[in-house]
Amino acid sequence: MSDNAVEGVFFLTGKDFSNAGAASSNLKRILEDMSVQQDIIRRAAIAAFEAEMNVIIYAVAGMMHYYITPEAIRIVVKDMGSGIPDIGLAMTEGYSTAPDYIREMGFGSGMGLPNIKKNADKLDIDSVVGGGTTLEFIIYLNKDSKGAENETLRNC
Amino acid sequence: MTLDEIKNTLNAAVISKREDMNLNIARAYCADLMSDVLAFSITNSLLITHLTNTQVIRTAEIADVKAIVFVQSKRPDIETIALADTKKIPLLVTYLSMYETCGKLYEKGLRS
Repeated sequence: MSDNAVEGVFFLTGKDFSNAGAASSNLKRILEDMSVQQDIIRRAAIAAFEAEMNVIIYAVAGMMHYYITPEAIRIVVKDMGSGIPDIGLAMTEGYSTAPDYIREMGFGSGMGLPNIKKNADKLDIDSVVGGGTTLEFIIYLNKDSKGAENETLRNC
Repeated sequence: MTLDEIKNTLNAAVISKREDMNLNIARAYCADLMSDVLAFSITNSLLITHLTNTQVIRTAEIADVKAIVFVQSKRPDIETIALADTKKIPLLVTYLSMYETCGKLYEKGLRS
């Protein structure tokens, strides 16, 4: 893939279901254009999509920042939502506070955060009740980078 | 199985524009929960579902689903079909139930 770092941001609007997933779709295309390995692209796209849907479903608005270096993909999703009172509980497969109309769309089954964790090499969630949630995950592009703290990436 | 064989097995109609009927499908996954598709489906598979909204197409794109079959004559709206055309994801509709759809494809050798 390209040696250059690439970064950008997508703006997300709560309840905009017509465009829900568009940011992750664009991110996927960017990764494809950078010739990132297919299985890595799939993991990044799935984790980004779940994070994006969480903003669309639960928050008023949010932003998805992406930073792609030859070592890793780092995604930071910040939202203006109500926050998560119990992150441990929210990480439990099947736990959901989604209303019925969200479930009828095929989401809100309590798999979002567990799916992100499953696909990411590293996941951090910082949430303040009434103040929103910041979710950050990293997917390493090669095994050598995994587990190593990448200062270049951190400083993006 | 090719997409054409799937279409014939299910007496399905193709409702999207960009279909390659020789497209080879090796696996299938059925779900109405899109997070399950994201969590458990295998890349390059066929998705069998009742859901017809645009999120199904987005999910299919993200999860590298090759084609979608809507069961029980559920037809997506124009917006959803247009998105599938843009993403080059073939859409089929069958009058069969999800149970019958899966059974017939399984009988023909298509596995999950």
